Amino acid sequence: MQINGEFQPKIVAFCCNWCSYAGADLAGNNRLAYPENVKIIKVPCSCRVNPMFILRAFQRGADGVILCGCHPGDCHYTSGNYYTRRRMALLFSMLNYLGIEKERTRVEWVSAAEGAKFAQTMNEFTEAVAALGENKRLEDLRCKK
Amino acid sequence: MQRIGVFVCWCGSNIAGTVDVQAVSDALQNEPGVVFSTNYQYMCSQAGQDIIKNAIAEHKLTGIVVCSCSPRMHEATFRKTAAAAGLNPYMVEIANIREQCSWVHKDMPTGTEKAIILGKAAVAKVNLNAPLKPGESPVTKRALVIGGGIAGIQTALDIAEAGFPVDIVEKKPTIGGKMAQLDKTFPTLDCAACILTPKMVDVAQNENIRIFSYSEIEEVGGFVGNFDVKIRKKARFVNEDICTGCGICTEKCPQKKVPNEFNLGMDNRRAIYIPFAQAVPKVATIDADYCTMLKTGKCGVCSKVCTAGAIDYTQKDEIIEEKYGAIVAATGFNPISMDKFDEYAYNQSKDVITSLEFERLTNAAGPSAGKLVRPSDGKHPHTIVFVQCVGSRCSACAEKGKEYCSKICCMYTAKHAMLTRDKYPDTDVYVFYIDVRTPGKAFDEFYRRAVEEYGVHYIKGMVGKVSPEGDKLMVQASDILANKQLHIEADLVVLAAAIEPDKSARPLATQLTASMDTNDFFTEAHPKLRPVESPTAGVFLSGTCQGPKDIPETVSQASAAAAKVIGLLAKDKLTGNPCVAGSDELMCNGCSSCERVCPYGAITYVDKEFRMPDRTTRVRRVASVNEAVCQGCGACTVACPSGAMDLKGFATKQIIAEVDAICR
Repeated sequence: MQINGEFQPKIVAFCCNWCSYAGADLAGNNRLAYPENVKIIKVPCSCRVNPMFILRAFQRGADGVILCGCHPGDCHYTSGNYYTRRRMALLFSMLNYLGIEKERTRVEWVSAAEGAKFAQTMNEFTEAVAALGENKRLEDLRCKK
Repeated sequence: MQRIGVFVCWCGSNIAGTVDVQAVSDALQNEPGVVFSTNYQYMCSQAGQDIIKNAIAEHKLTGIVVCSCSPRMHEATFRKTAAAAGLNPYMVEIANIREQCSWVHKDMPTGTEKAIILGKAAVAKVNLNAPLKPGESPVTKRALVIGGGIAGIQTALDIAEAGFPVDIVEKKPTIGGKMAQLDKTFPTLDCAACILTPKMVDVAQNENIRIFSYSEIEEVGGFVGNFDVKIRKKARFVNEDICTGCGICTEKCPQKKVPNEFNLGMDNRRAIYIPFAQAVPKVATIDADYCTMLKTGKCGVCSKVCTAGAIDYTQKDEIIEEKYGAIVAATGFNPISMDKFDEYAYNQSKDVITSLEFERLTNAAGPSAGKLVRPSDGKHPHTIVFVQCVGSRCSACAEKGKEYCSKICCMYTAKHAMLTRDKYPDTDVYVFYIDVRTPGKAFDEFYRRAVEEYGVHYIKGMVGKVSPEGDKLMVQASDILANKQLHIEADLVVLAAAIEPDKSARPLATQLTASMDTNDFFTEAHPKLRPVESPTAGVFLSGTCQGPKDIPETVSQASAAAAKVIGLLAKDKLTGNPCVAGSDELMCNGCSSCERVCPYGAITYVDKEFRMPDRTTRVRRVASVNEAVCQGCGACTVACPSGAMDLKGFATKQIIAEVDAICR
């Protein structure tokens, strides 16, 4: 998306309910700014994120997708984030093969106490995606209005 | 088709300051399914909730989107509002336009644009919501308290008073915790043992309380109301039921060179020991690391002198399995290690001690029988220097100390200084501080008494170096008010070491799936409104495992945690989380992928008869979810190759609709 001639990436962030969503709330409580490009979708656990959601996001014109979950060992459901780690390692390498640069996808562990880390992660990620420019590899032009 | 109402909250100026709320409610008016859209100053207020209730009735709404603060804050409020107006509470979705929009973005156009997109995503989701009904599960009316310090003791006593059975698991041989090691307590100067030990006896005598001392948590399973816990009762090689606590074995044991941890290693105990005279349970314990009999098979003195015949060298660790409805973490604290603070010469001189060691030195039951003497030569110290904030408020030295204030040091140092001057008026007492922090009932008066009545020298400034010279300690410090360097020849230096959560807290948090902050203190469900609950349902927090606290605060938090536990155990049934997995039997091919990833074992397989289009019947193996056990993580939904498994409340279609709305 171009705004005033400047490229503004669309970024979808999946946050687990227990750690990362609360971490994002804490960033808000502490008024730690991060780019408005980031839109958060709440999921109960990072392991709820189906690879299909990520493909769908890229198909619909997202420029970057980030998954945030509890730190390894701290998952509210004991092992959900381990599934995420394994599934996403596979998916992201496949996406990379398809031409979705690995900088456009990311898994990050953000605890409920890490508001600062959340804001910092989003700043860095948005910057990295913005530097890559628009995602055109998977975008389905039929989805465009 | 849903009939959706959108309610945009201003949250005073919290949202309206950065988001044009009128523009948001106007924009969402045109979204599919939306039949009503409005905005109001405080949606969570009674008047705001009435707007929602009236709109539900007037516009026959079937779904609601509230654009407001985080769902962690008011989702429950708005669900109740919807339920009160006859709408299924799970038809409510929150668009978080405060924490994740207005508070993190600075200007109106971007804030408004993002708020509209978040609102659209929520509308898209509600369009696919279905009414949900939570299941019910029974409550095991028994509580577990982990940690037997003053926090655990108070929590257990309060729960037991209300008539519910409680188990205390304590890793040490006795309950009592840190408070048992203290001499006097601020600000009233009553003796710690005099107020603690009667409570310990109450615990021992209470029929509702069982104490598992010298025990640790091995495994925690289950969920709120129905925790399954395995407790490892470590072998103490003494039969607890027979031992009378007479103490003869602890006098006759030939192994005399065991550092006594109760006195922080300042004197020795035997290999068989009772930590202190008022220990509960008053039972001897053999320290397997030092016992000659257990190590070499030759000795057996304790067994010979024990008239009760309680010694059992063949005892093994025992695993106890018990069910609990609620769990309270009360794991407490420890002073941090002084190893990294070379400048204070803690490891070079015996006469540089921590405040807890000072506490033992002044305690009548301590290594010097309450006489304040130098640990090195047993002489009376004439000049004592207290150093505050050793490792506390240490943002520049994060790898050494802690960034937070340990909260109790100002007060106990004032107490130590005052008591020293009271008992030994010939002693010069210096206290070096960054700030003196004494908020609390009668705290500041107490500190001022130390300065004004007892003539303690309070000096604002930090100690730079302590160097042992002969039998003296040369203290180099700065007095920043007088702007000069000081050199003090001290006999004893006392370091107010920062406190940190006990090392057992981190693995326990993992077992409980309770979250922790970056300092390993347990996080509370809400820092202001739910301070004694962990975000994990059924897990409660008591005492310093949640943050630095003094005794009065610990006791109040302990009672608060007990009240929460009693409230939980008083219920006969708990309503569960209706957002659980469910399998579409027509799509399921019985492959077992979901069963393998389920962390709770909630998925089983059943053989079910299906009528085929040609009117024959076929038996197929399909997944079946036990809704009482499922916690709703969604791992199975992704593992399912045929897409049969879905999660209520976070259905695949709903999340895809949100993705689409955001990427539109």
